[in-house]
Amino acid sequence: MATKPPIYGLMAEFDTPDDILRAARAAFEAGYRKMDAYSPFPVEGLADALGFRHTRLPLVVLIGGVIGGLGGFLLQYYVSVIAYPVNVGGRPLNSWPAFIPVTFEMTILVAALFAVLGMLAMNGLPMPYHPVFNVPRFRLATRNQFFLCIEARDPLFDRDRTWAFLESLNPRGVYEVEH
Amino acid sequence: MNERNHTTTEDFSSLPPVIQPGYTYASITDKIAALVLTRRTPRSWFIGFAISFLLLMVFLFAVAYVVTTGVGIWGVNVPVGWGFDIVNFVWWIGIGHAGTLISAILLLLRQRWRTSINRFAEAMTLFAVACAGLYPLLHLGRQWLAYWLLPYPNTMGTWPQFRSPLVWDVFAVSTYATVSFLFWFVGLIPDLATLRDRAGSRLARIVYGVLAMGWRGSAIHWHRYEMAYLLLAGLATPLVVSVHSVVSFDFAVGIIPGWHATIFPPYFVAGAIYSGFAMVMTLAIPLRAIYGLEDFITLRHLDNMAKVILATGLIVVYGYLMEFFMAWYSGSPYEQSMISNRVHGPYAPLYWALLACNALAPQVFWSKRMRRSIPVLFVVSLIVNVGMWLERFIIVVTSLHRDFLPSSWGMYYPTAWDWATYLGSLGLFLTLLFLFIRFLPMISIFEMRAILPTPGENQKA
Repeated sequence: MATKPPIYGLMAEFDTPDDILRAARAAFEAGYRKMDAYSPFPVEGLADALGFRHTRLPLVVLIGGVIGGLGGFLLQYYVSVIAYPVNVGGRPLNSWPAFIPVTFEMTILVAALFAVLGMLAMNGLPMPYHPVFNVPRFRLATRNQFFLCIEARDPLFDRDRTWAFLESLNPRGVYEVEH
Repeated sequence: MNERNHTTTEDFSSLPPVIQPGYTYASITDKIAALVLTRRTPRSWFIGFAISFLLLMVFLFAVAYVVTTGVGIWGVNVPVGWGFDIVNFVWWIGIGHAGTLISAILLLLRQRWRTSINRFAEAMTLFAVACAGLYPLLHLGRQWLAYWLLPYPNTMGTWPQFRSPLVWDVFAVSTYATVSFLFWFVGLIPDLATLRDRAGSRLARIVYGVLAMGWRGSAIHWHRYEMAYLLLAGLATPLVVSVHSVVSFDFAVGIIPGWHATIFPPYFVAGAIYSGFAMVMTLAIPLRAIYGLEDFITLRHLDNMAKVILATGLIVVYGYLMEFFMAWYSGSPYEQSMISNRVHGPYAPLYWALLACNALAPQVFWSKRMRRSIPVLFVVSLIVNVGMWLERFIIVVTSLHRDFLPSSWGMYYPTAWDWATYLGSLGLFLTLLFLFIRFLPMISIFEMRAILPTPGENQKA
């Protein structure tokens, strides 16, 4: 196992969404990759500026929907044709138009479950502990402040040079993030 | 610059703003979070909660009695097998629909004004669906066998009948409850993180912290979060339309005159949105007054909701007209006698009251002055709630109480237990709502931050 860097990373604090966007772009241009930005609300283009473009979440939801729809229909087919066939007014056992409501509801249900659980799983939540919370001012990330954290495991990371780089972005402050 | 921008938009549209000018990210956060964390609970909360809790106890008593004794304590009888239970079920589930509509459809349509009202409208949806879901379970008679409705391999070798709208209902309502909960909870996660970071007491920090699941506002998390929220909205939109359509199938698939109408699914959905918006209005008006939220829930919101009520009210009136038209055009004597029974029969006063509530009352909203008057809005929203309840009563009871043969005619009178169950369910709804506004942010904080006009210099202060 590789030795753990002495700190988790360095964090700079900004006041506006424009500032954090500019800072994230500058850090990406400077070659930093292992970093993340934190904001109190979604800032358009911020994930993009960090080099994160596509999420596979829509695919996950599509898969969920297909599983739900097929599962819902096959369940009804199995019940009505194989396991417990009941002749209702001479209608065919596989009376599929009557199965549409349940098939539809199951599609929505499983797709929605996949959307939420998929989002949480991809985001690595729930996460009871994370080093960024060690910065006292990070509490404001859920109120009005914006943070950019360059992690120590980034190959370009060097405590002094990264510190100077973050200072050059004109932040409100730069902090060390302990493990 | 911020101020100037704001004034020009104001002059341009002449509408009240979605949010009063002068707020920053910080002040919005502090104001909404303080309602839960620091501000003293208003006395009206305690009074309201006490009354609601009392009603909830009435409900529990009525439920305990019906479980131990049977549905014979209700007024249901042989021609009218569906009484208050189904009336209230359809009424409650209809009320829920505005929450999902505001959250999902208005999100997809990029209506920024939804932001101040979506959170408590979603909570209202959840609690209304909880009330609604209890009625079909209670009216089973043997409530402890409710799980027989679910498809599972049992030792009797039997399965539910998937051609029955009542089984569709089980799937529709439980899916609706689950998806509404997911939508509401996902919307809450960033705000729970805000409360965690701002809570003073250790217990509150732990509780909100556990619920926030370690949310830290990472840009990449936000990216996936927004995608998930959008997809949920896209899924909830057809869902909300389907749920009330399925509820209407319970009626429309029957061959009873007054139920067997193809207009039912769209007409029920419109009615649901109509009653749901009326309930949002009924709740929003006192809440904004008691908690001083006039800056966030502005006249613009109330004005827009009044317009939605007017529009859906007209669709509902169209449904009434179509019932008349179809009775006449079909040439079916049973349909025609059902309509004449509604208009002249023993329940005619209720029918005329229904028309006065649902067709006449919202017409005042054609006037802009009326749409901006708080007392008018409040009174009309209450009238619409009553009107929609009467509509469900008329549909259920007048269609059942006179069968095809006069020998099987009868009357339905609700008993005290019917009323106790109905008023008690209001207690359940309000108790949950009072707890919600006490412990969770009733306005979405992070979405309010996001709709602030361009972040100006005032953010730096």
